[in-house]
Amino acid sequence: MSDLVPLLAGAVAGERRALARLLTAIEGDAAGIRKLIPSLFAASRGAHLVGITGPPGSGKSTLVNALVSVWRRRGRRVGILAVDPSSPFTGGAIMGDRVRMMEHAADLDVFMRSMASRGELGGLAGATWIAAAALDAAGYDPVLVETVGAGQSEVEIARLAETTVVVEVPEMGDEVQAIKAGLLEVADLIVVNKGDRPGAELAARQLRAMLSSAGGRITRQPPAILTTTALSGEGVEALADAIDAHRATARAPQLATQRARNQLRRAAAEIGVRAATAHPDWDNLVEAVAERRVDPVTAAERLLGD
Amino acid sequence: MTDDARTSPIRVLIAKPGLDGHDRGAKVLARGLRDEGFEVIYTGLRQTPEMIADAAEQEDVDVIGMSILSGAHMTLLPRVAELCRERGMDDVLIAAGGIIPDADVTKLKAIGIGEVFGPGTSIGQIARYFREHARRPT
Repeated sequence: MSDLVPLLAGAVAGERRALARLLTAIEGDAAGIRKLIPSLFAASRGAHLVGITGPPGSGKSTLVNALVSVWRRRGRRVGILAVDPSSPFTGGAIMGDRVRMMEHAADLDVFMRSMASRGELGGLAGATWIAAAALDAAGYDPVLVETVGAGQSEVEIARLAETTVVVEVPEMGDEVQAIKAGLLEVADLIVVNKGDRPGAELAARQLRAMLSSAGGRITRQPPAILTTTALSGEGVEALADAIDAHRATARAPQLATQRARNQLRRAAAEIGVRAATAHPDWDNLVEAVAERRVDPVTAAERLLGD
Repeated sequence: MTDDARTSPIRVLIAKPGLDGHDRGAKVLARGLRDEGFEVIYTGLRQTPEMIADAAEQEDVDVIGMSILSGAHMTLLPRVAELCRERGMDDVLIAAGGIIPDADVTKLKAIGIGEVFGPGTSIGQIARYFREHARRPT
């Protein structure tokens, strides 16, 4: 605990090493990090939290690299959290997002951190949103969170980010794919990347046709659909503009409340699990559930009862 | 707080300094270390010492592993060690692998490269060395 306070102060003052150490403490849930959280969130400078998600190989990292170039030209300091999956067997991980971001490797106004998902499902690591708060406190804005390569339902990012960008490729499928529930539904912006490939315009048109109207119980705005070629940078300026413009929309009271609800729900679940696993009866109850003497729901209620 | 559940994996940066043309070996090692339970950050080819030190700093890695075949190791590896010291990363374990003559190995060890792994080293050996010598989380 004692050495975490100076880390936060250092990070806020712009010391990169302090920020890096603070992120490690957050990621590893170091002793004392809970006590630091109020000051961490209080140090927020209001950075725009942007999620970038989409299937593996759709060009998320390359697109992030191109976006960072645009924002750097505009004088913004950019923070990046890039999440890659942990092995369910060994806990090991390979994080390769830096390979696509070499251009900014020596730029002191870009801070990039790779995070392994460490068993968390949903495309993020458990500590991602706290790590994002640390980058915000350190003065990076926007803060980009690039998720694990997502399939159809890794929608966790949209619960936490203010603006969610879903990156698709021309070969994403047909109109039926476009109207399936899940990932595409939570997008604030949809990007058809690899726009120089055949079929890119068709894919964008299909998405527009299928997603431009939303009705029923859906109150949110239909997403804008953009085409980019991340490698050449084509369309990336327009994407950066669209992301920046969405910031104000995302901060409307109704959406802010929704986000707060999700954050609180997530934090409550984490604290609940922590309390349950630390309970003296945890092992006994695990055994009892294994032997079917008690059902899992009743056991959980006992652990969290009081 | 139950601490045993929270031991974080050892974080390793695998980098290719200099102008080597391919990185098959580095990728195989990255994959092998993943299977040994390490979190491996891979940077890709043609890294300058500054890029490697920068990445190590931001990623707050416990270990920097550099693979080099080009013969420029006596220029590039000491520079990485120097940059790490300058930035207060004295506790980061630095290791190298590739084609490095024995005479240079002694010199490299004297300036802060922990170990040099030549051809024929098994991934298990490297993993064991990292586990034994990487800093412990504070």
